[in-house]
Amino acid sequence: MAILEVKDVSFEVNSTAILNGLTMEFWQGYVHAVVGPNGAGKSTLASVIMGLPDYRHHTGDILFEGRSIKDLNVDGRARLGITLGWQEPARYEGLKVSRFIQAAAGNKDRAEVDRVLELVGLEPDRYRSRALDKTLSGGERKRIELASILAMRPRLVMLDEPDSGVDIEAIERIFSAIAHLKKEGATVLLITHSPRVLEKSDHAFLICSGMLVDKGETSKVLKYFSGKCLPCPHKNAPDIEASVRQEGGDVR
Amino acid sequence: MSDELVREILESINLHRGFDRDTPHVVINANKVLASRVVEGLVIEPEELPDGVRARLRVKKGRKIAQPVHLCFGMLPSSGIQKILLDVEIEDEAEVGFQAHCTFPNAVDVRHLMQAEIRVGRNARYSYFERHWHSDEGLVTVVPKASIRLAEGARFSTEFELLKGRVGVIDIDYRTVCEARSSAEMKARIFGRLDDRIKVRESALLEGEASRAVLTTHIAVRDDALAEIHNELVATAPYCRGHVDCKEVIQDRGVARAVPVVEVRHPKAHVTHEAAIGSVDSKQLQTLMARGLSEDEAVELIIEGLLS
Repeated sequence: MAILEVKDVSFEVNSTAILNGLTMEFWQGYVHAVVGPNGAGKSTLASVIMGLPDYRHHTGDILFEGRSIKDLNVDGRARLGITLGWQEPARYEGLKVSRFIQAAAGNKDRAEVDRVLELVGLEPDRYRSRALDKTLSGGERKRIELASILAMRPRLVMLDEPDSGVDIEAIERIFSAIAHLKKEGATVLLITHSPRVLEKSDHAFLICSGMLVDKGETSKVLKYFSGKCLPCPHKNAPDIEASVRQEGGDVR
Repeated sequence: MSDELVREILESINLHRGFDRDTPHVVINANKVLASRVVEGLVIEPEELPDGVRARLRVKKGRKIAQPVHLCFGMLPSSGIQKILLDVEIEDEAEVGFQAHCTFPNAVDVRHLMQAEIRVGRNARYSYFERHWHSDEGLVTVVPKASIRLAEGARFSTEFELLKGRVGVIDIDYRTVCEARSSAEMKARIFGRLDDRIKVRESALLEGEASRAVLTTHIAVRDDALAEIHNELVATAPYCRGHVDCKEVIQDRGVARAVPVVEVRHPKAHVTHEAAIGSVDSKQLQTLMARGLSEDEAVELIIEGLLS
């Protein structure tokens, strides 16, 4: 069953199309991936679904559990259970990790903070009282952001480049947290250009220049992506649709 | 009678239960010294004036005062002037930390004026944390001025906090001179509301080789409050290092102004500054909203962190 439907969504900035008539379905309890080269529109798609202020002027519609969320702002969508983990998480001067996570958890007690920190592999005693600022590495902030997402118990999680800026041990923790989210029944949408992350999904979409090029089981999309998109052969091609078709793609 | 006043002052700063009278302390109401206690190595000589108190504070050479020294400056009457004149001498190799609480719970028209001369001796350590507790009426004028001199190898830190109640009018002016290998860290955190007026001037002159200073000012203003921050760092000797960090968040019709001055007069000195003024960072805001917080809740949490 589709929990989220993107229906013919187009989005442009300064007359340049970033998303071009995208139609996609994301299914309840699945780990989906949206894969594509740099500049394909992956992060923009996540921002549009989240309803970030600069991404509200798209055409088409977005349905969550069959209802349009187009008129909801960010917190309205979050209250439905939709959330986003940024590629580069924000820093907060002075804000303690525990307060940040508690806020996401609806101000639950310390046990919840400890539970989610442990799930992302961070020792609660070492991190609970630290400030979420530049004294933490990018990888630590990424895991703390994921902990805040786990605390929220979301229905649909979008993770933008979950492996960027993190070491091997951290990425394994992130993968296990993704598995935990799936086990809890959440739908996960991984935004990535990394085959290693793509492999963690059940189903994938390949987008290029804001258009859907391929979709299906991850192994199939991974084969196409690894074989034909790395490097991207038609970047800056004058007619991208024709170029993609020439490469064997099926622009929808 | 003085016990009752001490209790009232301590109650106004939520310290009446946890306050340990065995710790070194001085409690002042208006121009009266209500209570004091010293420990070996610490000398406190208060003198009552018609409109305040003059006090000489001294830590003897090489003495390390283990417990923080509590200073409670209260003004329980609803109006009047309270002058606090401090002469502080931390002698060579000595160490002490002060926790000062200034409270004006009934203020209708109160002026609290502090003038401090502080000398920190060679390799001495001196920290001063000052928390203000104001009423919600904002009818207080606070003018703390301090002139600080750090001898070779001395370490000095000061932190000013005014987060509870209305600011009213505040005009801080702290100036530090740093001799060789000394370090100064000065922080101010203030939340202004309604028509509060905030003026902070912090300066450090790094005149000794390898001396260091960090000036940090974090301010939030909302409604019609106004904040003006002057941070000045001047480095004149080799291997001096300094940094100015000024962050001001404004909401509603609040106005914030930052005037950072960094001046370097030696090619082997290095001073940096960063200033950020305006609304809260959009990414911080969006992240919290993507966790289900409303915009107002998210802003409040971000400001809570900034001023923590």
